[in-house]
This record gives sequence, structure tokens and C-alpha cells, in this order.
Amino acid sequence: MIDFLQMVVNGITVGSSYALMGLAMVIIYKTSEIPNFAQGEMALVTTYFTYMLLHSFGISLTVAFISALLFSFFLGCLLEFTILRRAKDPSILGMIVITIGLEMILMGFVSWKFGAEQKAMPFPITAYDSVVIGDIYISTLELLTCGVVLVLMIGLFIFFKYSKLGVAMKATQQNSTAARLMGIRANRVLMITWGISSVVGGIAGLLIAPVVMQPYMMWDPLLKGFAAAVMGGMTSLPGAVFGAYLLGIVENLFGGYVSIEFKSVVAFAVIVLVLCIKPSGLFARHYVKKV
Amino acid sequence: MNPILEIKNIETYYDLIYAIRGASLTVEEGSITAILGNNGAGKSTILKTVMGLIDDQPDKGTIEFNGRRIDSMDTEQIVRLGMSYVPEGREVFEELTVSENLSMGAYTRRDKREIESDRQQVYQYFPVLKDRKNQWAGTLSGGEQQMLAIGRALMSRPKILLLDEPSLGLSPLLVKEIFKIIRTINAQGMTILLVEQNARMALGVSDIGLILENGRFVMKGRSKDLMEDKDVKEFYMGIRSEASAKGYQRWKRKKAWR
Repeated sequence: MIDFLQMVVNGITVGSSYALMGLAMVIIYKTSEIPNFAQGEMALVTTYFTYMLLHSFGISLTVAFISALLFSFFLGCLLEFTILRRAKDPSILGMIVITIGLEMILMGFVSWKFGAEQKAMPFPITAYDSVVIGDIYISTLELLTCGVVLVLMIGLFIFFKYSKLGVAMKATQQNSTAARLMGIRANRVLMITWGISSVVGGIAGLLIAPVVMQPYMMWDPLLKGFAAAVMGGMTSLPGAVFGAYLLGIVENLFGGYVSIEFKSVVAFAVIVLVLCIKPSGLFARHYVKKV
Repeated sequence: MNPILEIKNIETYYDLIYAIRGASLTVEEGSITAILGNNGAGKSTILKTVMGLIDDQPDKGTIEFNGRRIDSMDTEQIVRLGMSYVPEGREVFEELTVSENLSMGAYTRRDKREIESDRQQVYQYFPVLKDRKNQWAGTLSGGEQQMLAIGRALMSRPKILLLDEPSLGLSPLLVKEIFKIIRTINAQGMTILLVEQNARMALGVSDIGLILENGRFVMKGRSKDLMEDKDVKEFYMGIRSEASAKGYQRWKRKKAWR
């Protein structure tokens, strides 16, 4: 029983980092219907930027953190403004290809600048100190990750529900012509969306960095996060988080009871299953667009 | 009366289709002006051109709003100058609530208290909307969505309201209701430019009527006079002149402007 609980808790903690990546993808998809595959590498750049500040410049942790978040916001805006907006008459497929290209460029940049070997992020919170609750061990880092996801979730929910900009983002996604007719500057809204999404992804990167930090570190979280977002319906923030936790838990239970080798694969089996039963995703409440 | 919107000789292309072939139009402040015409005459295209919704158009001609050239401006800018457009087929934000839709209408404004009072004003015009304010707009019926679209356009406190076929797909009773509201809004000082297929209703509410055919205005006059015009009666309202003694019409009427 304790084993079971421990695995579930591990699943939840693993799911938290998937959830962050899933959220980041959903935010962009919600406004522009582009699955952004460069998300992971945008987070990677932010992570290495922080590493640079902490390690090479020796800036204090708080300042480094805040500047990292600002940096990731501007990185997101910049990429949207300089690259995606320049696409002429883009189709969704074309945009996907652009994001994949961006992903490779950013990854190449990081490998070239910092090298491909494993780095140690100088963080005070590590994955090696644990807290014991009952009989279950949780590392402080995992606890922090869970907390951050929770806070971000609530924050994003409030943002999209009550803030003018948040509602305008939803409006732009649903009908960009009508949004322009309301005086909403659709381009600017899209740019800010990329910024916010980049910040969320960047936070994921920073939380993963103490465990593993090399240019490929964001691959697994990105794919799993994307999968979780698809499972949740791709436009639903709670859906993405739920999907991420489900994925994390199933993965861990399978790894513990059945076979550790196929641990990663089972996540995708779950997705196939979900999409067979409910193709629009678990949380999708999409209206069929009238032509 | 001074003109609030002046369109001079605009020509608009939809890709290769020459849709508007030199149309001029003046809208007086405080009036209702109606543009009538058949399918494909270019009625909506004129409004879209004015709103800057068609890229790089008008190809020729100028559009002045309150004395400022607005052709070549972005839609967002034009809206901020005080022009509001209710698109054909409503185009409400389906997955936002009615109340959020109205808030988006007031996106360009910052005066919260005034926005709230305008929202109540819209609810007064359309009491149905108040009952449904927390529903998703996509769940509303066509007529309710049309009301919402008009209400949303009013929320920006425009100086002129452009209505694109408000009667599209609505039952006759609802059409009547919508037109009643249009008249009320106008009575409170709003200038309205209306595009319609339903000639009888449109001429009924408007002061000035224009008839558009193949991208050109072919007739302009006071709506009352147009209603009495024989051509307009036959071709736009479907009223035939009396049949001959033998009980059928032997000749076909030709339009006077052809």
C-alpha cells in the first residue's frame, strides 16, 4: 500500500513538470491554434540564461530569477514578433514547421554556447533533500514544483476569466476578425500570449534544471506535456493539468508494477486510448464552427 | 446637417474580382442611411472596405470620417476613432458569455462606471440578453445573437454604427423587433448606415436610401420617395403593377437606369 501511495505521489510530482509544459502549450494554442514545438527549447534558453547569471556572473538568486522571467517573456514576444508574424498567409501546418525549425535553432544555439555536457544548476533547493509525510518521501524540489503549478494554475485561471487582456486573448482565438472590430490589436495580443507562455515554460525549465541540465533536458517534458494537453482537449487549462497528472501517475504505476522499460511508452498508450474514446479530448467544450 | 462619413469614388477588388466600381456616398450626422441591393451587388463589400477589413483596399477613392482620411488605416484604428460595425452573420464570440461579449465591445474604453451604465442600457434595449448574461453566446438563438452583436457594437460608444444585414436569417417578427430597436437607437442620436436585402423594412426606417447594382449606385433618394418609385417597387419589394385586362402581364418592366 505504501508502495502504491509512494508511486502515486511520484506520479503527481512528475506530472507537475508535464503540467507546466502542457499549460504553456495550451496558452499559445488557445489564442493561435498553433502547437508550439519550440516551447521546450524556449524554456531551455531561459534556463541556460539563468545558469549564466548565477554561475558566470554570480548574481543573487532572487535577481537572477526575476530577470530570467522577464527574459523569457521578452524571448517569447521577440520570437513571435520577428519570426512567426513574418509568415505570409500561414497555414497551420506551415506554422508548425516554423516552430520545429525554431526549436532546432534554439537547441543548436544552446549546445554551441554552453556545450552539451551535463551542468549543475546552483540552486539551494535540490532533488536530494526529502520531506517525509507519513511514510511517503517527497523531495523539496518536487514539493516546490507542485506548489508552483498550483499557484500558476489559479493565477492563469483568474487571468483568463477576469482580466480584460485574458478575455481578449480568448476572443482573439475564437474570432480574430470580430476581435479586430472591437479594437483589440490582435497582433499585440498574440505577442503577449507568446510571452506569457514562454514564462510558464521557462518556469518548468528552471524547476527541471536541478535534476537534469543539458540541451536535451526539455525533450521529455515537452512531449509529455504536449500529450497531456492533447488529452485535455488542447484548449483547456485544467484539462492539460489533469492530463499531465493522469499521465504521470499511470506512468509511475506501470513502471512499478508491470515493467520499468516500457514506462514511457505506456503514457502514449493511454493517449491513444483516450483519443479513441473521446477524440476531442477529455475537457474540450468546443463549439463546432459554423461556416 | 453635416456629413460624418464621406465615401468618394471608391473602387475595391476582391483578389481579381472588381467588386465596387466607383461608389460615392455621404452619411449625414444623426440620419439612417440604407444601402439596398441584390445578392452580390457589393453592399457588404462597401462596409468592409470602410472598416478596413479588406487588405490594401480601396484600390482607388477616398473615405473620410469626421474630416479624417481613414482609407489605408487599420481596422483597430478605425474602431478607435468611433466607428462600430455589426458584421453580417453576427460573429459573436461563441465561447464567451454574453456579458463578456459586451465587455469586449467596450475594449477600447477605460471608464469603468460609464461602461457599466452602457451595459445596463444595452440590457434595457434587449431584455433577453440580461436573462442570459452568464450563458455562452454560442448557446443563444440567431435572433439573440444578432441582438448581442448590435449591443456589443454599441458598447464602444460609436459615433456611427454600420449594420450589415441585421435581418439575415431571422423570423419576420424578430426582424420587426430589431428594426424597432434600430429606430430607438437612432432617435437617441446615433448615426446609422444600414445594408439590407429586406427593402421594405430598410426603407421603412431609413431617411435616405441608395440602390446598389453591380458595384455602382444606381439610385439615391429620400426613402419615402423610393418606396413610391415604380422600379423599386417591382424589383426590390416584389409589388407588381396591375395585370392587364386578360389577367396576365404581357410585357416585362425594364429598369429605368439601364
